[in-house]
Amino acid sequence: MEDTLQSEHIVKSYEEQLKRLRDMVARMGGLAERQVADAAAALIRRDTELASAVVGRDGEIDALETEIENFCVRLLALRQPMAADLRLIVAAMKVSTDIERIGDYARNAAKRAIVVSQQPQLGSLNGFQWMAKLVQENLKDAIDALVKEDANAAERVWGADAPVDDIYNGIFREMLTHMMEDPRNITAATHLLFIAKNFERIGDHATNIAETVHYAVLGHMLPEDRPKSDSSAYTVVRPPV
Amino acid sequence: MSASMTQTATDAMPGLQARSAETLNPARISVRKLDFYYGDHKALKSIDFDLPDRQVTGMIGPSGCGKSTLLRVLNRMYSLYPGQRATGEVLLDGKNILDDDVDINALRSRVGMVFQKPTPFPMTIYENIAFGIRLHEKLSKAQMDERIEWALTRAAIWGEVKDRLNSSAMGLSGGQQQRLCIARTIAVRPEVILLDEPTSALDPISTLKIEELIDELKRDFTIAIVTHNMQQAARCADQVAFFYLGELIEVAPAEEMFTAPKQKKTQEYITGRFG
Repeated sequence: MEDTLQSEHIVKSYEEQLKRLRDMVARMGGLAERQVADAAAALIRRDTELASAVVGRDGEIDALETEIENFCVRLLALRQPMAADLRLIVAAMKVSTDIERIGDYARNAAKRAIVVSQQPQLGSLNGFQWMAKLVQENLKDAIDALVKEDANAAERVWGADAPVDDIYNGIFREMLTHMMEDPRNITAATHLLFIAKNFERIGDHATNIAETVHYAVLGHMLPEDRPKSDSSAYTVVRPPV
Repeated sequence: MSASMTQTATDAMPGLQARSAETLNPARISVRKLDFYYGDHKALKSIDFDLPDRQVTGMIGPSGCGKSTLLRVLNRMYSLYPGQRATGEVLLDGKNILDDDVDINALRSRVGMVFQKPTPFPMTIYENIAFGIRLHEKLSKAQMDERIEWALTRAAIWGEVKDRLNSSAMGLSGGQQQRLCIARTIAVRPEVILLDEPTSALDPISTLKIEELIDELKRDFTIAIVTHNMQQAARCADQVAFFYLGELIEVAPAEEMFTAPKQKKTQEYITGRFG
Protein backbone atom coordinates (compact mmCIF):
# COMPACT_ATOMS: atom_id res chain seq x y z
CA MET A 1 0.00 0.00 0.00
CA GLU A 2 3.07 2.17 0.14
CA ASP A 3 2.88 5.56 -1.51
CA THR A 4 -0.61 5.04 -2.84
CA LEU A 5 -3.37 7.37 -1.89
CA GLN A 6 -6.49 5.61 -0.74
CA SER A 7 -9.60 5.26 -2.77
CA GLU A 8 -12.66 7.27 -1.81
CA HIS A 9 -14.64 6.54 1.29
CA ILE A 10 -18.24 5.43 0.81
CA VAL A 11 -19.33 8.07 3.30
CA LYS A 12 -18.40 11.30 1.54
CA SER A 13 -18.58 13.54 4.59
CA TYR A 14 -16.08 11.27 6.36
CA GLU A 15 -13.70 11.58 3.42
CA GLU A 16 -14.07 15.33 3.56
CA GLN A 17 -13.40 15.38 7.29
CA LEU A 18 -10.21 13.38 6.86
CA LYS A 19 -9.10 15.77 4.14
CA ARG A 20 -9.89 18.71 6.41
CA LEU A 21 -7.77 17.13 9.12
CA ARG A 22 -4.80 16.77 6.76
CA ASP A 23 -5.27 20.38 5.67
CA MET A 24 -5.31 21.63 9.25
CA VAL A 25 -2.08 19.80 10.06
CA ALA A 26 -0.49 21.11 6.87
CA ARG A 27 -1.55 24.65 7.77
CA MET A 28 -0.18 24.30 11.28
CA GLY A 29 3.08 22.94 9.89
CA GLY A 30 3.29 25.86 7.47
CA LEU A 31 2.84 28.35 10.30
CA ALA A 32 5.58 26.66 12.32
CA GLU A 33 7.97 26.65 9.33
CA ARG A 34 7.48 30.37 8.95
CA GLN A 35 8.06 30.94 12.69
CA VAL A 36 11.34 29.03 12.53
CA ALA A 37 12.48 30.92 9.43
CA ASP A 38 11.53 34.30 10.89
CA ALA A 39 13.14 33.58 14.26
CA ALA A 40 16.38 32.74 12.47
CA ALA A 41 16.13 35.79 10.20
CA ALA A 42 15.44 38.06 13.19
CA LEU A 43 18.55 36.71 14.90
CA ILE A 44 20.82 37.06 11.88
CA ARG A 45 19.58 40.54 10.89
CA ARG A 46 19.28 41.75 14.53
CA ASP A 47 15.70 42.64 13.64
CA THR A 48 13.79 43.08 16.90
CA GLU A 49 10.56 43.96 15.14
CA LEU A 50 10.48 40.67 13.28
CA ALA A 51 11.42 38.86 16.50
CA SER A 52 8.47 40.47 18.32
CA ALA A 53 6.18 39.47 15.47
CA VAL A 54 7.29 35.83 15.90
CA VAL A 55 6.57 35.99 19.62
CA GLY A 56 3.12 37.46 18.94
CA ARG A 57 2.16 34.86 16.34
CA ASP A 58 2.67 31.76 18.49
CA GLY A 59 -0.92 31.93 19.74
CA GLU A 60 -2.18 31.00 16.26
CA ILE A 61 -0.28 27.71 16.39
CA ASP A 62 -1.54 26.93 19.88
CA ALA A 63 -5.12 27.61 18.78
CA LEU A 64 -4.72 25.27 15.80
CA GLU A 65 -3.40 22.54 18.06
CA THR A 66 -6.52 22.77 20.20
CA GLU A 67 -8.71 22.78 17.12
CA ILE A 68 -7.00 19.69 15.68
CA GLU A 69 -7.21 17.85 18.98
CA ASN A 70 -10.92 18.54 19.38
CA PHE A 71 -11.56 17.56 15.78
CA CYS A 72 -9.67 14.26 16.23
CA VAL A 73 -11.58 13.39 19.39
CA ARG A 74 -14.81 14.06 17.51
CA LEU A 75 -13.75 11.84 14.60
CA LEU A 76 -12.74 9.04 16.96
CA ALA A 77 -16.05 9.21 18.78
CA LEU A 78 -18.33 9.57 15.78
CA ARG A 79 -16.58 7.55 13.05
CA GLN A 80 -14.89 4.76 14.99
CA PRO A 81 -12.07 4.77 12.47
CA MET A 82 -10.11 1.66 11.54
CA ALA A 83 -6.73 0.87 9.98
CA ALA A 84 -5.21 3.71 7.90
CA ASP A 85 -7.94 6.18 8.94
CA LEU A 86 -7.32 5.41 12.60
CA ARG A 87 -3.58 5.77 12.14
CA LEU A 88 -4.00 9.10 10.36
CA ILE A 89 -6.15 10.53 13.14
CA VAL A 90 -3.81 9.36 15.90
CA ALA A 91 -0.87 10.68 13.90
CA ALA A 92 -2.54 14.07 13.46
CA MET A 93 -2.94 14.36 17.23
CA LYS A 94 0.68 13.47 17.87
CA VAL A 95 2.04 15.62 15.08
CA SER A 96 0.06 18.64 16.23
CA THR A 97 1.64 18.29 19.68
CA ASP A 98 5.09 18.21 18.09
CA ILE A 99 4.35 21.25 15.95
CA GLU A 100 3.00 23.15 18.94
CA ARG A 101 6.27 22.48 20.74
CA ILE A 102 8.24 23.57 17.68
CA GLY A 103 6.28 26.82 17.78
CA ASP A 104 7.27 27.29 21.43
CA TYR A 105 10.95 26.78 20.59
CA ALA A 106 10.73 29.28 17.74
CA ARG A 107 9.09 31.82 20.02
CA ASN A 108 11.76 31.30 22.65
CA ALA A 109 14.51 31.71 20.05
CA ALA A 110 12.88 34.95 18.90
CA LYS A 111 12.67 36.30 22.46
CA ARG A 112 16.35 35.60 22.96
CA ALA A 113 17.17 37.11 19.57
CA ILE A 114 15.85 40.41 20.94
CA VAL A 115 18.29 40.24 23.87
CA VAL A 116 21.16 39.12 21.63
CA SER A 117 20.57 42.06 19.28
CA GLN A 118 21.34 44.42 22.15
CA GLN A 119 24.67 42.74 22.87
CA PRO A 120 27.97 43.01 20.98
CA GLN A 121 28.16 40.73 17.94
CA LEU A 122 29.84 37.39 18.69
CA GLY A 123 31.54 36.13 15.56
CA SER A 124 29.62 34.80 12.61
CA LEU A 125 26.09 33.46 12.89
CA ASN A 126 26.42 31.27 9.80
CA GLY A 127 25.97 28.11 11.86
CA PHE A 128 22.62 29.35 13.14
CA GLN A 129 21.44 30.26 9.69
CA TRP A 130 22.44 26.89 8.34
CA MET A 131 20.91 25.00 11.23
CA ALA A 132 17.62 26.87 10.98
CA LYS A 133 17.52 26.14 7.25
CA LEU A 134 18.08 22.41 7.80
CA VAL A 135 15.43 21.98 10.51
CA GLN A 136 12.97 24.08 8.55
CA GLU A 137 13.46 21.82 5.53
CA ASN A 138 13.08 18.70 7.64
CA LEU A 139 9.92 20.06 9.17
CA LYS A 140 8.49 20.90 5.75
CA ASP A 141 9.42 17.50 4.32
CA ALA A 142 7.90 15.69 7.32
CA ILE A 143 4.60 17.53 6.99
CA ASP A 144 4.57 17.05 3.20
CA ALA A 145 5.14 13.33 3.79
CA LEU A 146 2.02 13.25 5.94
CA VAL A 147 -0.09 15.07 3.38
CA LYS A 148 1.19 12.89 0.50
CA GLU A 149 1.23 9.67 2.58
CA ASP A 150 4.85 9.18 1.56
CA ALA A 151 6.63 6.82 3.98
CA ASN A 152 9.93 6.98 2.08
CA ALA A 153 10.07 10.75 2.41
CA ALA A 154 9.30 10.40 6.12
CA GLU A 155 12.12 7.92 6.54
CA ARG A 156 14.54 10.28 4.78
CA VAL A 157 13.67 13.07 7.23
CA TRP A 158 14.02 10.66 10.12
CA GLY A 159 17.60 9.86 9.07
CA ALA A 160 18.56 13.45 8.22
CA ASP A 161 18.99 15.00 11.67
CA ALA A 162 22.68 14.19 12.16
CA PRO A 163 24.00 17.32 10.32
CA VAL A 164 21.84 19.45 12.63
CA ASP A 165 23.45 17.81 15.64
CA ASP A 166 26.91 18.39 14.15
CA ILE A 167 26.30 22.11 13.71
CA TYR A 168 24.90 22.30 17.22
CA ASN A 169 28.04 20.64 18.62
CA GLY A 170 30.17 23.18 16.75
CA ILE A 171 28.15 26.13 18.10
CA PHE A 172 28.32 24.69 21.61
CA ARG A 173 32.13 24.61 21.54
CA GLU A 174 32.36 28.00 19.90
CA MET A 175 30.18 29.66 22.55
CA LEU A 176 32.15 28.10 25.40
CA THR A 177 35.28 29.47 23.82
CA HIS A 178 33.80 32.99 23.55
CA MET A 179 32.82 32.87 27.19
CA MET A 180 36.28 31.79 28.29
CA GLU A 181 37.93 34.47 26.21
CA ASP A 182 35.97 37.33 27.74
CA PRO A 183 33.37 37.18 30.51
CA ARG A 184 31.55 40.09 28.85
CA ASN A 185 30.51 37.64 26.14
CA ILE A 186 28.65 35.46 28.61
CA THR A 187 25.22 37.08 28.25
CA ALA A 188 25.14 36.89 24.47
CA ALA A 189 26.83 33.49 24.32
CA THR A 190 24.41 31.96 26.81
CA HIS A 191 21.40 33.22 24.91
CA LEU A 192 22.91 32.03 21.65
CA LEU A 193 23.53 28.61 23.20
CA PHE A 194 19.87 28.38 24.14
CA ILE A 195 18.85 29.51 20.67
CA ALA A 196 21.03 26.80 19.16
CA LYS A 197 19.48 24.29 21.56
CA ASN A 198 16.03 25.50 20.49
CA PHE A 199 16.83 24.84 16.84
CA GLU A 200 18.34 21.48 17.71
CA ARG A 201 15.16 20.51 19.58
CA ILE A 202 13.05 21.66 16.65
CA GLY A 203 15.04 19.23 14.52
CA ASP A 204 14.30 16.43 16.98
CA HIS A 205 10.59 17.18 16.84
CA ALA A 206 10.73 17.12 13.05
CA THR A 207 12.14 13.58 13.28
CA ASN A 208 9.37 12.67 15.73
CA ILE A 209 6.87 13.87 13.16
CA ALA A 210 8.62 11.78 10.51
CA GLU A 211 8.40 8.69 12.72
CA THR A 212 4.71 9.28 13.31
CA VAL A 213 4.06 9.80 9.60
CA HIS A 214 5.93 6.62 8.74
CA TYR A 215 3.70 4.70 11.16
CA ALA A 216 0.56 6.39 9.86
CA VAL A 217 1.34 5.41 6.28
CA LEU A 218 2.74 1.89 6.69
CA GLY A 219 1.41 0.74 10.05
CA HIS A 220 4.73 -0.26 11.59
CA MET A 221 7.29 1.66 13.57
CA LEU A 222 10.76 2.73 12.52
CA PRO A 223 13.55 1.22 14.65
CA GLU A 224 14.07 2.83 18.03
CA ASP A 225 17.66 3.89 17.35
CA ARG A 226 17.80 6.91 15.11
CA PRO A 227 21.14 8.08 13.66
CA LYS A 228 22.31 10.78 16.10
CA SER A 229 25.46 12.77 16.57
CA ASP A 230 24.79 15.24 19.37
CA SER A 231 27.83 14.87 21.61
CA SER A 232 27.56 18.22 23.42
CA ALA A 233 26.34 16.44 26.54
CA TYR A 234 29.87 15.03 26.95
CA THR A 235 31.81 18.12 25.90
CA VAL A 236 34.42 19.61 28.22
CA VAL A 237 36.44 22.68 27.28
CA ARG A 238 39.57 23.50 29.32
CA PRO A 239 40.10 27.15 30.34
CA PRO A 240 43.29 28.83 29.05
CA VAL A 241 46.14 28.48 31.54
CA MET B 1 7.47 7.20 20.14
CA SER B 2 9.08 4.55 22.26
CA ALA B 3 8.42 0.90 21.55
CA SER B 4 9.20 -0.02 25.15
CA MET B 5 6.44 2.25 26.36
CA THR B 6 3.94 0.59 24.07
CA GLN B 7 5.09 -2.77 25.37
CA THR B 8 4.53 -1.77 28.98
CA ALA B 9 1.10 -0.38 28.27
CA THR B 10 0.07 -3.60 26.53
CA ASP B 11 1.46 -5.75 29.32
CA ALA B 12 -0.74 -3.97 31.79
CA MET B 13 -3.86 -4.84 29.79
CA PRO B 14 -4.19 -8.59 29.36
CA GLY B 15 -7.29 -8.19 27.21
CA LEU B 16 -5.29 -6.30 24.63
CA GLN B 17 -2.23 -8.44 24.87
CA ALA B 18 -4.18 -11.55 23.96
CA ARG B 19 -4.66 -10.16 20.47
CA SER B 20 -1.05 -9.73 19.42
CA ALA B 21 0.63 -12.10 17.00
CA GLU B 22 2.65 -14.14 19.47
CA THR B 23 -0.32 -15.06 21.60
CA LEU B 24 -2.50 -17.02 19.20
CA ASN B 25 -2.95 -20.56 20.50
CA PRO B 26 -2.22 -23.70 18.47
CA ALA B 27 -4.95 -24.69 16.01
CA ARG B 28 -8.07 -26.52 17.15
CA ILE B 29 -9.52 -26.61 13.65
CA SER B 30 -7.37 -26.53 10.54
CA VAL B 31 -8.98 -25.74 7.20
CA ARG B 32 -6.93 -26.94 4.24
CA LYS B 33 -7.58 -26.28 0.54
CA LEU B 34 -11.30 -26.11 1.16
CA ASP B 35 -13.55 -25.62 -1.86
CA PHE B 36 -17.31 -25.43 -1.50
CA TYR B 37 -20.01 -25.67 -4.13
CA TYR B 38 -23.69 -24.78 -4.22
CA GLY B 39 -24.47 -26.92 -7.27
CA ASP B 40 -22.15 -25.55 -9.95
CA HIS B 41 -21.44 -22.33 -8.12
CA LYS B 42 -18.12 -22.32 -6.30
CA ALA B 43 -18.72 -20.37 -3.10
CA LEU B 44 -15.40 -20.98 -1.34
CA LYS B 45 -12.08 -21.10 -3.15
CA SER B 46 -9.14 -22.97 -1.67
CA ILE B 47 -9.49 -21.71 1.88
CA ASP B 48 -6.52 -22.32 4.18
CA PHE B 49 -6.39 -21.22 7.79
CA ASP B 50 -6.47 -22.29 11.42
CA LEU B 51 -8.90 -21.57 14.23
CA PRO B 52 -6.81 -21.21 17.38
CA ASP B 53 -7.83 -23.30 20.37
CA ARG B 54 -9.96 -21.55 23.02
CA GLN B 55 -9.82 -18.22 21.24
CA VAL B 56 -12.26 -16.27 19.12
CA THR B 57 -11.94 -16.09 15.35
CA GLY B 58 -13.98 -13.31 13.78
CA MET B 59 -15.03 -13.71 10.15
CA ILE B 60 -15.80 -10.54 8.25
CA GLY B 61 -16.54 -9.57 4.66
CA PRO B 62 -19.35 -8.18 2.52
CA SER B 63 -22.56 -10.16 2.00
CA GLY B 64 -22.05 -13.19 -0.19
CA CYS B 65 -18.33 -13.40 0.51
CA GLY B 66 -18.57 -16.95 1.85
CA LYS B 67 -18.13 -16.40 5.57
CA SER B 68 -21.47 -17.94 6.59
CA THR B 69 -20.89 -20.75 4.09
CA LEU B 70 -17.62 -21.53 5.80
CA LEU B 71 -19.38 -21.62 9.17
CA ARG B 72 -21.91 -24.10 7.73
CA VAL B 73 -19.04 -26.31 6.57
CA LEU B 74 -17.45 -26.41 10.02
CA ASN B 75 -20.33 -28.49 11.43
CA ARG B 76 -21.47 -30.09 8.16
CA MET B 77 -24.72 -28.14 8.22
CA TYR B 78 -24.57 -28.19 4.41
CA SER B 79 -24.93 -31.99 4.39
CA LEU B 80 -28.65 -31.47 4.99
CA TYR B 81 -28.95 -30.01 1.50
CA PRO B 82 -28.52 -31.99 -1.70
CA GLY B 83 -26.31 -30.38 -4.31
CA GLN B 84 -24.02 -28.77 -1.78
CA ARG B 85 -20.57 -30.26 -1.38
CA ALA B 86 -17.18 -29.49 0.07
CA THR B 87 -13.74 -30.74 -0.96
CA GLY B 88 -10.44 -30.37 0.84
CA GLU B 89 -9.92 -30.87 4.55
CA VAL B 90 -11.36 -29.52 7.76
CA LEU B 91 -9.32 -31.11 10.53
CA LEU B 92 -10.82 -31.18 14.02
CA ASP B 93 -8.27 -32.65 16.40
CA GLY B 94 -6.55 -34.14 13.35
CA LYS B 95 -9.62 -35.87 11.89
CA ASN B 96 -11.09 -34.65 8.59
CA ILE B 97 -14.75 -33.91 9.34
CA LEU B 98 -15.57 -33.87 5.64
CA ASP B 99 -14.94 -37.63 5.42
CA ASP B 100 -17.97 -39.81 4.65
CA ASP B 101 -17.53 -41.94 7.76
CA VAL B 102 -18.02 -39.00 10.13
CA ASP B 103 -21.00 -39.35 12.51
CA ILE B 104 -22.75 -36.09 11.80
CA ASN B 105 -24.84 -36.08 14.97
CA ALA B 106 -21.77 -36.64 17.10
CA LEU B 107 -19.96 -33.92 15.15
CA ARG B 108 -22.73 -31.42 15.80
CA SER B 109 -22.52 -32.07 19.52
CA ARG B 110 -18.82 -31.24 19.30
CA VAL B 111 -19.32 -28.23 17.04
CA GLY B 112 -22.38 -26.23 18.11
CA MET B 113 -24.03 -23.43 16.17
CA VAL B 114 -25.97 -20.33 17.20
CA PHE B 115 -27.91 -18.46 14.54
CA GLN B 116 -28.66 -14.85 13.70
CA LYS B 117 -32.22 -14.92 14.97
CA PRO B 118 -32.83 -16.57 18.33
CA THR B 119 -34.41 -19.97 17.68
CA PRO B 120 -35.96 -21.14 20.95
CA PHE B 121 -38.16 -24.24 20.67
CA PRO B 122 -41.81 -23.72 21.62
CA MET B 123 -41.28 -25.46 24.97
CA THR B 124 -40.35 -24.51 28.50
CA ILE B 125 -36.98 -22.95 29.22
CA TYR B 126 -35.93 -26.15 30.97
CA GLU B 127 -36.97 -28.36 28.07
CA ASN B 128 -35.18 -26.15 25.56
CA ILE B 129 -31.90 -27.06 27.23
CA ALA B 130 -32.75 -30.65 28.14
CA PHE B 131 -33.85 -31.50 24.61
CA GLY B 132 -30.38 -31.42 23.08
CA ILE B 133 -28.74 -33.16 26.01
CA ARG B 134 -31.15 -36.11 25.79
CA LEU B 135 -30.12 -36.67 22.15
CA HIS B 136 -26.57 -37.40 23.22
CA GLU B 137 -26.57 -38.47 26.84
CA LYS B 138 -28.66 -40.33 29.42
CA LEU B 139 -28.69 -38.31 32.61
CA SER B 140 -30.54 -38.79 35.89
CA LYS B 141 -33.00 -36.05 36.89
CA ALA B 142 -30.46 -34.65 39.38
CA GLN B 143 -27.68 -34.71 36.82
CA MET B 144 -29.93 -33.08 34.27
CA ASP B 145 -30.93 -30.32 36.70
CA GLU B 146 -27.30 -29.73 37.47
CA ARG B 147 -26.30 -29.61 33.79
CA ILE B 148 -29.11 -27.19 32.98
CA GLU B 149 -28.15 -24.86 35.79
CA TRP B 150 -24.52 -25.08 34.63
CA ALA B 151 -25.41 -24.25 31.02
CA LEU B 152 -27.72 -21.38 31.94
CA THR B 153 -25.12 -20.01 34.34
CA ARG B 154 -22.36 -20.17 31.75
CA ALA B 155 -24.67 -18.41 29.30
CA ALA B 156 -25.18 -15.64 31.88
CA ILE B 157 -28.95 -16.02 32.03
CA TRP B 158 -29.47 -18.27 35.09
CA GLY B 159 -30.27 -15.37 37.40
CA GLU B 160 -32.97 -14.13 35.04
CA VAL B 161 -34.74 -17.48 34.48
CA LYS B 162 -34.10 -19.65 37.51
CA ASP B 163 -37.53 -18.89 38.97
CA ARG B 164 -39.40 -19.63 35.76
CA LEU B 165 -37.72 -22.66 34.25
CA ASN B 166 -41.12 -24.14 33.49
CA SER B 167 -42.44 -21.11 31.62
CA SER B 168 -42.35 -20.97 27.86
CA ALA B 169 -39.08 -19.81 26.31
CA MET B 170 -41.13 -17.78 23.85
CA GLY B 171 -41.87 -15.28 26.63
CA LEU B 172 -38.22 -14.25 26.95
CA SER B 173 -36.85 -11.06 25.36
CA GLY B 174 -34.77 -11.34 22.18
CA GLY B 175 -31.51 -10.96 24.07
CA GLN B 176 -32.57 -13.56 26.64
CA GLN B 177 -33.68 -15.94 23.89
CA GLN B 178 -30.27 -15.65 22.24
CA ARG B 179 -28.48 -16.38 25.52
CA LEU B 180 -30.85 -19.33 25.98
CA CYS B 181 -29.80 -20.60 22.55
CA ILE B 182 -26.17 -20.25 23.57
CA ALA B 183 -26.98 -22.18 26.78
CA ARG B 184 -28.61 -24.88 24.66
CA THR B 185 -25.50 -25.07 22.50
CA ILE B 186 -23.04 -25.34 25.38
CA ALA B 187 -25.27 -27.75 27.35
CA VAL B 188 -24.01 -30.65 25.24
CA ARG B 189 -20.49 -29.57 26.11
CA PRO B 190 -19.12 -28.95 22.61
CA GLU B 191 -15.51 -28.11 21.80
CA VAL B 192 -16.28 -25.48 19.22
CA ILE B 193 -19.07 -22.89 19.08
CA LEU B 194 -20.06 -21.27 15.81
CA LEU B 195 -21.96 -17.99 16.02
CA ASP B 196 -23.61 -16.66 12.87
CA GLU B 197 -24.24 -12.94 13.42
CA PRO B 198 -25.53 -13.70 16.90
CA THR B 199 -26.32 -10.11 17.83
CA SER B 200 -27.62 -8.60 14.59
CA ALA B 201 -31.21 -8.85 15.85
CA LEU B 202 -30.44 -7.53 19.34
CA ASP B 203 -30.37 -4.12 21.02
CA PRO B 204 -26.99 -2.63 22.08
CA ILE B 205 -27.19 -3.73 25.72
CA SER B 206 -28.14 -7.32 24.86
CA THR B 207 -25.35 -7.22 22.28
CA LEU B 208 -22.80 -6.21 24.90
CA LYS B 209 -24.04 -9.00 27.19
CA ILE B 210 -23.49 -11.56 24.42
CA GLU B 211 -20.03 -10.14 23.70
CA GLU B 212 -19.18 -10.32 27.38
CA LEU B 213 -20.41 -13.90 27.34
CA ILE B 214 -18.24 -14.77 24.34
CA ASP B 215 -15.23 -13.43 26.20
CA GLU B 216 -16.14 -15.63 29.15
CA LEU B 217 -16.85 -18.74 27.04
CA LYS B 218 -13.55 -18.70 25.20
CA ARG B 219 -11.84 -20.00 28.32
CA ASP B 220 -13.40 -23.37 27.56
CA PHE B 221 -14.50 -23.26 23.95
CA THR B 222 -13.02 -22.51 20.57
CA ILE B 223 -15.26 -19.89 19.00
CA ALA B 224 -15.90 -18.69 15.46
CA ILE B 225 -18.15 -15.68 14.95
CA VAL B 226 -19.47 -14.27 11.71
CA THR B 227 -20.30 -10.60 12.06
CA HIS B 228 -21.08 -7.59 9.92
CA ASN B 229 -20.16 -5.32 12.75
CA MET B 230 -16.49 -4.43 12.46
CA GLN B 231 -16.33 -2.98 15.95
CA GLN B 232 -17.79 -6.20 17.27
CA ALA B 233 -15.07 -8.22 15.57
CA ALA B 234 -12.51 -5.80 17.01
CA ARG B 235 -13.98 -6.17 20.50
CA CYS B 236 -14.46 -9.94 20.55
CA ALA B 237 -11.98 -11.61 18.26
CA ASP B 238 -8.42 -12.69 18.88
CA GLN B 239 -7.98 -13.48 15.22
CA VAL B 240 -9.87 -12.02 12.28
CA ALA B 241 -10.34 -13.47 8.80
CA PHE B 242 -11.47 -11.30 5.90
CA PHE B 243 -13.32 -12.98 3.04
CA TYR B 244 -14.16 -11.56 -0.36
CA LEU B 245 -15.89 -13.31 -3.27
CA GLY B 246 -15.28 -16.74 -1.78
CA GLU B 247 -11.61 -16.16 -1.10
CA LEU B 248 -9.80 -15.70 2.16
CA ILE B 249 -8.02 -12.40 1.54
CA GLU B 250 -6.27 -12.02 4.86
CA VAL B 251 -6.19 -13.59 8.29
CA ALA B 252 -4.35 -11.93 11.18
CA PRO B 253 -4.51 -11.20 14.90
CA ALA B 254 -7.32 -8.70 15.50
CA GLU B 255 -4.98 -5.95 16.61
CA GLU B 256 -3.00 -6.17 13.39
CA MET B 257 -6.09 -6.48 11.24
CA PHE B 258 -7.71 -3.31 12.53
CA THR B 259 -4.64 -1.12 12.88
CA ALA B 260 -2.45 -2.20 9.99
CA PRO B 261 -3.93 -4.78 7.59
CA LYS B 262 -1.51 -6.00 4.94
CA GLN B 263 -3.85 -6.32 1.97
CA LYS B 264 -5.25 -3.30 0.16
CA LYS B 265 -8.65 -4.97 -0.18
CA THR B 266 -8.87 -5.55 3.58
CA GLN B 267 -7.86 -1.98 4.25
CA GLU B 268 -10.54 -0.67 1.90
CA TYR B 269 -13.23 -2.87 3.39
CA ILE B 270 -12.59 -2.17 7.04
CA THR B 271 -12.24 1.56 6.52
CA GLY B 272 -15.54 1.62 4.64
CA ARG B 273 -14.19 2.25 1.16
CA PHE B 274 -16.15 -0.59 -0.43
CA GLY B 275 -18.50 -3.35 0.63
